Amino acid sequence: MNGGAHRHKLAIEAVGRTFAAVRGGTPTVALEPVTLRVEDNDFITILGPSGCGKSTLLRIVAGLDTPTSGRVLLDGTPVVAPGADRGMVFQSYTLFPWLTVHENICFGLREKNMPQNEQQRIAAHYIARVGLGGFERHYPKMLSGGMQQRTAIARALANDPKILLLDEPFGALDNQTRALMQELLLGIWEAEKKTVLFVTHDIEEAIFMAGRVIVMSARPGRIKVEVAVDLPHPRHYTVKTTPEFSALKARLTEEIRIEALKVAATA
Amino acid sequence: MTPLKPVAPGRKAVLGIAFFVLFVAVWAVATLSGFVSRTFLADPVTMLREGWALFAQFGFAGDIAITVWRVVGGFVLAAVCAVPLGIAMGAYKPIEAFFEPFVSFARYLPASAFIPLLILWAGIGEMQKLLVIFIGSFFQLVLMVAVAVGSTRRDLVEAAYTLGATSRGVVRRVLLPSASPAIAETLRLVLGWAWTYVIVAELIGASSGIGHMITDSQALLNTGQIIFGIIVIGVIGLISDFVFKWANQRLYPWSVA
Repeated sequence: MNGGAHRHKLAIEAVGRTFAAVRGGTPTVALEPVTLRVEDNDFITILGPSGCGKSTLLRIVAGLDTPTSGRVLLDGTPVVAPGADRGMVFQSYTLFPWLTVHENICFGLREKNMPQNEQQRIAAHYIARVGLGGFERHYPKMLSGGMQQRTAIARALANDPKILLLDEPFGALDNQTRALMQELLLGIWEAEKKTVLFVTHDIEEAIFMAGRVIVMSARPGRIKVEVAVDLPHPRHYTVKTTPEFSALKARLTEEIRIEALKVAATA
Repeated sequence: MTPLKPVAPGRKAVLGIAFFVLFVAVWAVATLSGFVSRTFLADPVTMLREGWALFAQFGFAGDIAITVWRVVGGFVLAAVCAVPLGIAMGAYKPIEAFFEPFVSFARYLPASAFIPLLILWAGIGEMQKLLVIFIGSFFQLVLMVAVAVGSTRRDLVEAAYTLGATSRGVVRRVLLPSASPAIAETLRLVLGWAWTYVIVAELIGASSGIGHMITDSQALLNTGQIIFGIIVIGVIGLISDFVFKWANQRLYPWSVA
């Protein structure tokens, strides 16, 4: 390749995770050593059946979980703890219920002691970006699931992280909202050029947004195959009905089906 | 009736008041008809007359004031000490491991059983009354506050970390706001218990207060005054409860369903 000199945005080097045995049982291997390189402005989706360790991998990158082997490098610096340089959006609704939409988005900025007017400016930008104008003073409980996740995305982006990590962020949303959210996120990525790692079990979602789909195998998790998605940008939702998209979908469906069958057999 | 189906606000109030009316009616019938001897239970009319006499001739307002002062004093003292300790225990597990077993044990020590000891240590003055309430409320408060803080949603804490929060930031900006409605609710609950402790403390070794009035009335077999005293306590409790609930709703609009 290009010699050792090239530095990747994110390097996941033989990262594995084994959960300790409970009362004399055998230890659970959640993740076999996984190696993955992510370049600047990549949009990578990690696709796999439930229990394949894809969330564990993402949590390790976020610093919320510790690998039992290997290491994660972000811009060449080892990840040891969670930090503002890796923004995360969770599947569960994690807006702070006691803060308004605006205050939620400013949470990380306040933690940095950023001046008020600067905070205002950034929050206003991202509130407009995710289409939540007029809802700044609303509390999370007054928002729909889709609006809450839009706020969560804005909150993560406002911090200007080096990489955005998303753990099935649209998993709890209905299909229609979900499709709109995918377009929204893709639009933001096309406009702002962020490095994104997106975990999902939805094949269509994985293809639609990604530059590269990483398919993970069932327990123990490891990378099964990598599929490049060469669909042109900007992508419109109609791309989902093109033959190229269908061919990718057919292929990934086959890959995932084998894994899902394995899970079903051991469950 | 359908299970769990809510009742309209107007009807709810009518039903609530209806039971009060029924209660007083049964009481009135039982006493005024002579079915229950007046020696044991005064009738409502006598009770009200005795209550009026208490205010007009025996300076009962002063007794109420001193009792309220004791409850509030002892309770505030307990809260000022217990809430910070509870927060520290809820947030930091080693601190919890250090204090929790002892506090769990201490909260089963009956506050009223300490009264003889407290009289020995602090006399029969105000300090003794405050200490009874303090002992009765402090340990309960510590544990309940610790639980409230400790049960903060883990995903909110993780979200805060990924937004760059430090450990201190997580305590200040996630654990505290997340637990504060539950802490306020705990304070409301324990204040109710503090009322029972103060009366017990005043029944034994006091020269003023609602509890003292009740013991005095017992010597005179004045059941009307006793019942009036008990009802006054109930009414004050109800008022403080309403104030707390109202304040909590105002302070934490985001947590109300």
